[in-house]
Amino acid sequence: MSKLEKLQSEKKSGSKAKILLEVKNLKKYFPIKAGVFKRTVGWVRAVDDVSFFIRKGETLGLVGESGCGKTTTGRTILRLIEPTAGSVHYGGNDLLAMSRGKMNKYRSKLQMIFQDPYGSLDPRMRVRDIIAEGLRSAHVGNKKERYEMVEQYMEKVGLSKLYVNRFAHEFSGGQRQRVGIARALIMNPELIVCDEAVSALDVSIQAQVLNLLDDLQKEFNLTYLFIAHDLNVVKHISDRIVVMYLGKIVEIASKHELFINPLHPYTKALLSANPIPDPTIERKDRIILQGDVPSPANPPKGCRFHPRCWLAGPQCSQEEPPLIEVKPDHYVACHFWKNMEDQN
Amino acid sequence: MMEGFLKILKKIAKNPTSLAGLLLVLFFVIVAIFAPIIAHPEYPDTPYQMPQSGWSSIPQPPSWQNPFGTSEGQYDIYYGIIWGTRTAFKIGIVVIGLALIIGLFVGTMAAYFGGWIDEVLMRITDIFLAFPFLVGVIVIITMLGPGLTHVMWALVLFYWMGYARLIRGSVLEVKENDYVMAGRALGTPGYKIITRHILPNAIFPIIIQVSMDMATIPLTAAALSFLGLGSPVGYADWGQLVSFSRNWIISSSGGNPFAYWYTITFPSLAIILYAMGWNLLGDALRDIFDPRMLV
Repeated sequence: MSKLEKLQSEKKSGSKAKILLEVKNLKKYFPIKAGVFKRTVGWVRAVDDVSFFIRKGETLGLVGESGCGKTTTGRTILRLIEPTAGSVHYGGNDLLAMSRGKMNKYRSKLQMIFQDPYGSLDPRMRVRDIIAEGLRSAHVGNKKERYEMVEQYMEKVGLSKLYVNRFAHEFSGGQRQRVGIARALIMNPELIVCDEAVSALDVSIQAQVLNLLDDLQKEFNLTYLFIAHDLNVVKHISDRIVVMYLGKIVEIASKHELFINPLHPYTKALLSANPIPDPTIERKDRIILQGDVPSPANPPKGCRFHPRCWLAGPQCSQEEPPLIEVKPDHYVACHFWKNMEDQN
Repeated sequence: MMEGFLKILKKIAKNPTSLAGLLLVLFFVIVAIFAPIIAHPEYPDTPYQMPQSGWSSIPQPPSWQNPFGTSEGQYDIYYGIIWGTRTAFKIGIVVIGLALIIGLFVGTMAAYFGGWIDEVLMRITDIFLAFPFLVGVIVIITMLGPGLTHVMWALVLFYWMGYARLIRGSVLEVKENDYVMAGRALGTPGYKIITRHILPNAIFPIIIQVSMDMATIPLTAAALSFLGLGSPVGYADWGQLVSFSRNWIISSSGGNPFAYWYTITFPSLAIILYAMGWNLLGDALRDIFDPRMLV
């Protein structure tokens, strides 16, 4: 049974929560232009044939190192960047195939929280206008009603409504991120893409914001696509985790399964790099990968991880491993996942 | 916006040169507004026409009737300077206003849409920039014929490119900000993203440039008047007053700068103070809007 068929049978069986959003074969190539005439001399394959799904009410973590395409994936799903190919099914419609005008009708259901709490708020707007922007664009209520909603939602995210007239620069990083959350939340979304939503905050504030996101998820029955590079953060908040490497998904598994039984060498290396918050414990199992991440403009043939992989065989440099479901809800793209399982 | 304005005023007041610039500009604004009171027009239908007190070609020194003296042709210099302020503002506001509208449109479209739109618009800009400014303006005026309106059109035609480039650069920078993407994620349509997020954040370098140009453009117009390409004879205009004095300052036919000092001093003072006021104000605004000084 192919992966897609399995996905569909899962959907039908209803044994698990409904699938809210399904990404199929998503690709985003950025052109590399050179010369006087701006000829395209190559493509950066930021996201290369990525498929996954998000169940209603869950938090899907998306991890990977810088430049692996996780932010591009998040942005392409919401069509903030136009994709090269692929589809995103939401509520029976393909978001990527519809016109921009029609897409705007779905925008309220699919919201985003941005990484940079400084850059994502317009410095010339007051907080109440920042939070009300989406309502205004969707023509919800009149000005007075909108501002009333703004006050209501500011309290929901833990901001005093006395701050409505402030500008973004008058807030701390954590408060700004709360403004960003309120701005997304006020649209009454189903899915929120949190693009490194806590990465720019320091650890104590991170915990506060993560707890806030957790509480809001329960209150509003939200679904999160949580993009991050910090495994501790992802472990804290996610139900399932997608691991990306160089524009490809290498592994998808539930949080516990992934941390206990990683079946892709890259996942294992990534987990071993995760610091233990206790200075007296020394990591013995640290895997240090050789070499650098190859350029996504010229990815290695076969498995993209093979030049750095300690398990790689001749097959790996020739044949690209497909993402297969090796156990219920555990997908991996590696020829040698069995060896990995034995090691674990 | 009001708060920001007051903050700017406060910062200007702290620095003496900035304050001097602001006061000079305010002074000229007041002169321009109250021109009919300060210098009562003798012909109410054509107030910009300088009154003549005789037909003698020899300038007359300051007197009670003509506080700054008269120029050749007996035009009252005092009247010419007061009403010339209005001319200067009129030229500045109209030319810069129109050039700014064109520049804003071209620059914003080029930067926001990018790609071939950017390429086409900026190459057109380059074509206009390829003409030497004064030569281009003079050619256009010669084609249209002299007159203040034609001077203004010619100046607009060759002045919008600077704004277009400035705006383009500024928009290119601003549109990369996450709040622009956030606006899109919230379903804000493109034109509203431009007017609500991009332009308010991209406009500041242009405000400084406008302030500087408020000095440059009337100076250029004055230079054209001096060359005889600007306003008709007798029109209240600083450049024309200076051009009237030309034969009486240094010339082989009996020019004497000490005898006829008033013909050049008063119009020049007006031009210098006006240009200095706007330049100081522009400098002050540049200091204030410098991101390193924005706390």
